[in-house]
Amino acid sequence: MKVTKTTLMAGAIVAVAGAASAEEMTIVSWGGAYSKSQLKAYHEPYSEKTGVTILNDDSSAEAVAKLRAMNEAGNVTWDVVDVVAADAIRLCDEGLALEIDFDTQLAPAPDGTSASDDFGDLLVSDCFIPQIVYSTTFGYRTDLVGDNPPSDICAVFDLETYPGKRSLEKRPINNMEWALLCDGVAKDDVYDVLATPEGQDQALAKLGTIKDNVVWWSAGADTPQLLADGEVIMGSTYNGRLFSVIEEQKQPVAMLWDAQVFDLDGWIIPAGLSEERQKRALDYIMFATDTQRLADQAKYISYGPARASSAPLVGQHADLGIDMAPHMPTDPENAKNTFLYNYEFWADYRDDIDAKFQAWLAQ
Amino acid sequence: MTDATQSGPMLAADGTPLKKSLARSLRRRKLRALALIAPLLLFVLLSFVVPIVSMLFRSVENGIVAQTLPLTVVELQNWDAESGELPDEALYAAFTKDMIAAIEAKEHTKLGTRLNYEQTGMSSMFRKSGRKIKRLDPEADAPFKEKLIEIHDGWGDVDTWRVIKTHAVPITNGYFLNAVDMRRTPEGAQAQPEDKRILIKLFGRTLFMSLIITGSCILLAYPISYLLANLPMRVSNMLMILVLLPFWTSLLVRTSAWKVMLQQQGVINETLVWLGLVADDARLVIINNQFGTIIAMTHILLPFMILPMYSVMQTIPPYYTRAAKSMGATNWTTFWRIYFPQSIPGIGAGSILVFILAIGYYITPEIVGGTKGVFISNRIAYHISSSLNWGLAAALGTILLAVVLLLYWCYDKIVGIDNVKLG
Repeated sequence: MKVTKTTLMAGAIVAVAGAASAEEMTIVSWGGAYSKSQLKAYHEPYSEKTGVTILNDDSSAEAVAKLRAMNEAGNVTWDVVDVVAADAIRLCDEGLALEIDFDTQLAPAPDGTSASDDFGDLLVSDCFIPQIVYSTTFGYRTDLVGDNPPSDICAVFDLETYPGKRSLEKRPINNMEWALLCDGVAKDDVYDVLATPEGQDQALAKLGTIKDNVVWWSAGADTPQLLADGEVIMGSTYNGRLFSVIEEQKQPVAMLWDAQVFDLDGWIIPAGLSEERQKRALDYIMFATDTQRLADQAKYISYGPARASSAPLVGQHADLGIDMAPHMPTDPENAKNTFLYNYEFWADYRDDIDAKFQAWLAQ
Repeated sequence: MTDATQSGPMLAADGTPLKKSLARSLRRRKLRALALIAPLLLFVLLSFVVPIVSMLFRSVENGIVAQTLPLTVVELQNWDAESGELPDEALYAAFTKDMIAAIEAKEHTKLGTRLNYEQTGMSSMFRKSGRKIKRLDPEADAPFKEKLIEIHDGWGDVDTWRVIKTHAVPITNGYFLNAVDMRRTPEGAQAQPEDKRILIKLFGRTLFMSLIITGSCILLAYPISYLLANLPMRVSNMLMILVLLPFWTSLLVRTSAWKVMLQQQGVINETLVWLGLVADDARLVIINNQFGTIIAMTHILLPFMILPMYSVMQTIPPYYTRAAKSMGATNWTTFWRIYFPQSIPGIGAGSILVFILAIGYYITPEIVGGTKGVFISNRIAYHISSSLNWGLAAALGTILLAVVLLLYWCYDKIVGIDNVKLG
């Protein structure tokens, strides 16, 4: 009797699992508050509409390596993957991501503008559907800067006015640009200078002036923690992290938007999915990147929607009830002096400059 | 008596020579034993040996150039890289043909990424040129030399072709050269420019710091293990729980806890400032450097030292030390001449465990190591997950494996591996 029961149950489980797998998709993202914003703005409405169960996998940080390994093994288990633009470009180069026809596979704006015009310059790769614009910028402790709060990126290099430790990311990207900018290089020339060995040495020399006062971070949560503990007087991180330190945790921290570096985060669909899974992934993308959905995400996290048509729809934070527009990196007040991550440059120079940077760090 | 005088080999009951019969039965038994362990052997082979060997093979595998540009590679044989002159039209035509096929298969950007490890700029050159070369016709649009140089002036640079020729070999030593701060050039192996040398330094640092960590683990673990083995059961059980509790706690939690303890506004510094031992503006820097890595890793690896030491010490019979004392030895002599030598197998086992674990550690140095406390494994992780230069990562891994095996061999020669006991 017992045996029959167990067999029946096992059979039932297999049947359920079989049925479920037909209506399931795995979406990979970064975890934390960011995944939560996607859950609220995209996953829950999509599941409600279609009945598809969405499984979350917080593996975006290793997405490129894992996708390559899956592809070599011939068993891609992910349906949609959230990556930063630089990773999307590499995945596209490696043939690991599906090329998208933006105008037919994405929804047009409500006024009929085609998707490719609506996203505009943010379409940096044939495989990449941008979702948000975020920025890497500085936050500082308001109680440690006295009555002279910094308003200029070069405050980072000014140890006399702002003594104390700073936290910078443990990689050359962004740091090299800021160093050159504060060493008298004009903004338009930064990448021309950085392409030369002398320019790279110049940037490292400028960083060398504060090297002893830098805490190098590798996880986005490091700077917020260091700021909250008073370990550093200022530090770079993603603007959404600083938003949560300032508005949600009410720490004495303020934003230094000057010379913030815009970057994009968005979706790719892995190459080599079965036809049925690819169709479902494309259907999800069509839904999740339309004008309203992108604007909805900004209710939960302070990252700017990638569509031009979404910007006017950005409202208030879902829990805090504050206006989100002034916290967006793209807000005119914050975006007086900005950089856009130079994907082409860093795709070429990343390995070379990184080797130099790491050797310099180890000295 | 007749048996003794009989000449020839001894025979078994069935008439075959005894030696042969014995060998046969032994062989049969061996085969049976082998059949019994076959599933395990197969499992180890499939899940352990094959993946590792295939990963290590990537450190020399370099088929991508010849596979993506087969005609070009043949033509490059006829071109003298030393001449300083650009290759002729035949090569450009072959290259265009190869590229059109590669773009069709979306292989050209992969090749660009591969060559970008050797020469900066290749990645965007292949990506950008690909969009335009796609529109060329391999028959009608000849000649190609001018057209390609117009598409991207990199194709008019002798260095581009020298790099392609240098890295066109299917089996390369290039990754291994990179792993020891050298590079493969048309003129043979050369040292990297000074400002890019880092890997040898990291290897040295990894070995040095792993030794220090192993040493500090021995110093800390020895008295604890001694207490564990010699205290009354009730107390030692309590102590054992204190050892095991952190062992069961997540690695990341323990590492982050050290951050809270060691940072400048952290528990230790606050206490010292409060006690007046350290001035407020001269707080100790004990994290984000080598010291932080050594402390955190010693703490994390300590149980791997304590447990083998403890299990060996438990087996040391107490009457040896009692006998020594009864014959007039001092406490120190008893310990040093009688107890310590018997506990060495535990130290050996613990040291090997801790050292081998330490040398491959990656997450703790990444979190608390700052810039001076990171290991070679952090670089391997970077090349696996970030730069995607798996060939270099595999070469670094192979070297690390070789170093560990070498040290193991040295240990065997000096201390003797049969002198290692886990209990």
